[in-house]
Amino acid sequence: MTGLETEFTPLQSLIGGVLIGVSAVLLMALQGRIMGATGILAGLVTGAAPGERGWRAAMVAGMIAGPLLVLAVTGQMPAVDVPVSLPMILTGGFIVGIGVTYGGGCTTGHGICGMARLSPRSVVATLTFMVACLATVHVIRHVLEV
Amino acid sequence: MRLLSAFLVGLIFGVGIAVSGMINPAKVLNFFDIAGTWDPSLAFVMGGALATTLLGYRIVLRRPAPVLEPRFVIPTARDIDARLIGGSAVFGIGWGIAGFCPGAAIPALGSGKGEVAAFVVALVAGIVVARLAQARGAARAAT
Repeated sequence: MTGLETEFTPLQSLIGGVLIGVSAVLLMALQGRIMGATGILAGLVTGAAPGERGWRAAMVAGMIAGPLLVLAVTGQMPAVDVPVSLPMILTGGFIVGIGVTYGGGCTTGHGICGMARLSPRSVVATLTFMVACLATVHVIRHVLEV
Repeated sequence: MRLLSAFLVGLIFGVGIAVSGMINPAKVLNFFDIAGTWDPSLAFVMGGALATTLLGYRIVLRRPAPVLEPRFVIPTARDIDARLIGGSAVFGIGWGIAGFCPGAAIPALGSGKGEVAAFVVALVAGIVVARLAQARGAARAAT
C-alpha cells in the first residue's frame, strides 16, 4: 500500500512542537513531574493511589480538549486520517501498550523529556523505537505491500 | 489547584499535538516512509519540543522545588538493559503498524473518531496485560 499524501507543514509543526515542550516544562515547574503519556495513562488505569488519580484524569481531559479548542478557534477539526485497517489499529495498539510498559516510556517520556535531561536510557530508547518504527513502516508499505 | 494545573498542562499538550500534525496517523506514518510518501514535518515537532524542553528544564530545575509539590520527581533508573531496548523496539513496531503513539492518541480522542477509541482500548489492554505479567514475574522472583 502506498501512503496517503500529506502536506509538509514545517511552521505549524514547529509551533505545535514548541507547545508540547511548553506543556512538559510547565508540568515540571508546577508539579515536578516528567510529562509522559504512558505514565499518565498507566497510573490512571492500573490503580495508582487515589490522590494520584485525580490530576491524571484532569490532564487526560485537558489533552482531549486540545483539538476541540483548535476547532473552536479555527472552525476546523484537525485532520485525523487513519490509513490502516481496524485489525492493524487493534494489533498496533496492543503491541504499543506492551512495549511502552516494558520500555518505561514513549515518544513524550523518553523522546522529549528524557532526551531533554540528556538521559542515556532515553537516548537509547528513542533511537530504538524510531529505528523499529522506520523498519516496520518500510516492511509494511514496500515489502509486504499491505 | 493541582487539578487545574494538570488540566491546563494537558490542554496545551493537546493543542500542540493537534497543531503540529502528530495527531494525524497519516502524517506520522509518512514521516517514517522515506522511500514513499515522505513528509518530514515531524522532525520539526520533535525539534521544537526538544529545544523548548531542554531550555525550560535548565531554568526550572535550578529551583529548589516545584510550585505545587514539595519536590521534583525525576526518574532514577540508569540501566540500559534488554527490557528497555526490547520494550522500545516493540513499541516502535506497534507505532509503525498503527501510526499512533500514546501521546498522540489521547488528544486524538477529541476528534470523536472510532478508530482512535479502538486504538486506545487496545493500548490500555496492552498496558494492563504487561503490568500483570510484570507483577507475576516480580512475585515469582520474590519466592
